[in-house]
Amino acid sequence: MAQVKTTAVVASQEKIADDIYSMWIEAGEIAEKCVPGQFISVYTKDKSRLLPRPISICEADKASGKLRIVYRVVGGGTEEFSGYRAGDTIEIMGPLGNGFPLGEKSAFLIGGGIGIPPMLELAKALKAKGVSQITAVLGYRDQLFLNEEFQAYADVYVATEDGSVGTKGNVLDAIRANGLKADVIYACGPTPMLRALKAYAQENHMECWLSLEEKMACGIGACLACVCKSKEVDSHSHVHNKRICKDGPVFAAEEVEL
Amino acid sequence: MNTTVNLAGVTLKNPVMTASGTFGSGMEYGEMVDLNKLGAVVTKGVANVPWPGNPTPRIAEVYGGMLNAIGLQNPGIDVFLERDVPYLKQFDTKIIVNVCGKTTEDYIEVVERLADAPVDMLEMNISCPNVKEGGIAFGQDPKAVEAITKEVKKYAKQPVIMKLSPNVTDITVMAKAAEAGGADVISLINTLTGMKIDVNKRCFAIANKIGGMSGPAIKPIAVRMVYQAANAVKIPVIGMGGIMTAEDALEFILAGATAVSIGTANFHDPYTTEKVVKGIEEYMEKNGIDDIGQLIGAVR
Repeated sequence: MAQVKTTAVVASQEKIADDIYSMWIEAGEIAEKCVPGQFISVYTKDKSRLLPRPISICEADKASGKLRIVYRVVGGGTEEFSGYRAGDTIEIMGPLGNGFPLGEKSAFLIGGGIGIPPMLELAKALKAKGVSQITAVLGYRDQLFLNEEFQAYADVYVATEDGSVGTKGNVLDAIRANGLKADVIYACGPTPMLRALKAYAQENHMECWLSLEEKMACGIGACLACVCKSKEVDSHSHVHNKRICKDGPVFAAEEVEL
Repeated sequence: MNTTVNLAGVTLKNPVMTASGTFGSGMEYGEMVDLNKLGAVVTKGVANVPWPGNPTPRIAEVYGGMLNAIGLQNPGIDVFLERDVPYLKQFDTKIIVNVCGKTTEDYIEVVERLADAPVDMLEMNISCPNVKEGGIAFGQDPKAVEAITKEVKKYAKQPVIMKLSPNVTDITVMAKAAEAGGADVISLINTLTGMKIDVNKRCFAIANKIGGMSGPAIKPIAVRMVYQAANAVKIPVIGMGGIMTAEDALEFILAGATAVSIGTANFHDPYTTEKVVKGIEEYMEKNGIDDIGQLIGAVR
């Protein structure tokens, strides 16, 4: 599953919420190979910014050879990406990381904020695999995005911090308020959310898969910048530091310290 | 056209190598880069035992570069000998092992373990700014540089490169100290110490507070130091610090470097090393240079 670095072409881009952009990229080789939960490195054209931005794959349309990323503008690099238009080139490397293991059990797909996008491709894949009960629980600060697109693949529940839509509070509040149940958790989002889900999964004896993030440099497991504390000894340095970019970004909850 | 260079009796097919810590032991980049095309692969620092490294965040991007404080996480010499050396032996390139330690005894232990290993050269990291013991503590005092060089040379079976810190008042003093201690080659520069503060979170951008700065923003400092060091000693110099292109590499060579290392650029473009090899050949072709030796230290 070797990654490639390539100059791809932007197929389309639109703003879908404040600071949130959705971009389709013509990148056949990566779209063909990638699995749900993997990410790409996106490089800026501004050469004063050297490091790639790791961005999760939101959708991959293997038939048309297109990839979709949905990202938040948080600084100069992502601001540059948000200015790209159809036909512009974009420097990317991927697919990177391991991805989510696809089971057959009833599943919670839990996304918090900009952790929501990778859950969409996962929802599609689980549905295609025939998983009968897929429940998406999406947590937002205030503005919603992507929630309607999940409806084709999952029952969708929303939590907002300000209570403007769905349950007021976080994703766990939404699960409890609606009495939701599942056998396995797949999640991506801020660390406090992941930490709470890990505890919830332990209490309820659920299988739980968490997608982590950290500042990255190489994106392929060489530089050891993006490690996380792991229960097991890691394969690279034989200490307790798994590489998020290479051994992850998806880990079994009991495997990582958050 | 002759692109081979000689480092203390070791012939490299070209002067382009990797900078320690940016390329692992080649295994990850080897999926993308043809390691056979490189003059040498310089491994990430290896200690006598596994080191866990520093807390995260370990890196931060800065204008024209980056800060890192990885803290020399490494699997230790046992795993390195068993896994990484056999991997690198598959390729037609030279293997240079970067050695780190907390004490002189640690360095010697690793050097002794490598005595019978099929590696070509050893590079002593006496300049890492991100570990509390060893590293830079050796590299900022000329007496300590000379002493550790002498000790390592007693046990080393391969030629020894001393990797110098730029975080010193006068680089020529350190270069001469390494030469006086019997170093076969010196390499420079390691990273410059730096700091970044996140004004929104009001905290340090990296957990270690201070990190090592690398990338194109530091290149002019590195070229200056390589020039000064090359003119202060008779042993060969390996130049590095912010090389992104063949033109950058040629600056170091013209300043007096016999070979060059590519570091941070690998993160921006994993194919940089191969591109620099090709670019140097194109430059030689275009300018009618038959032998790269004609370029080494040609600007005085």
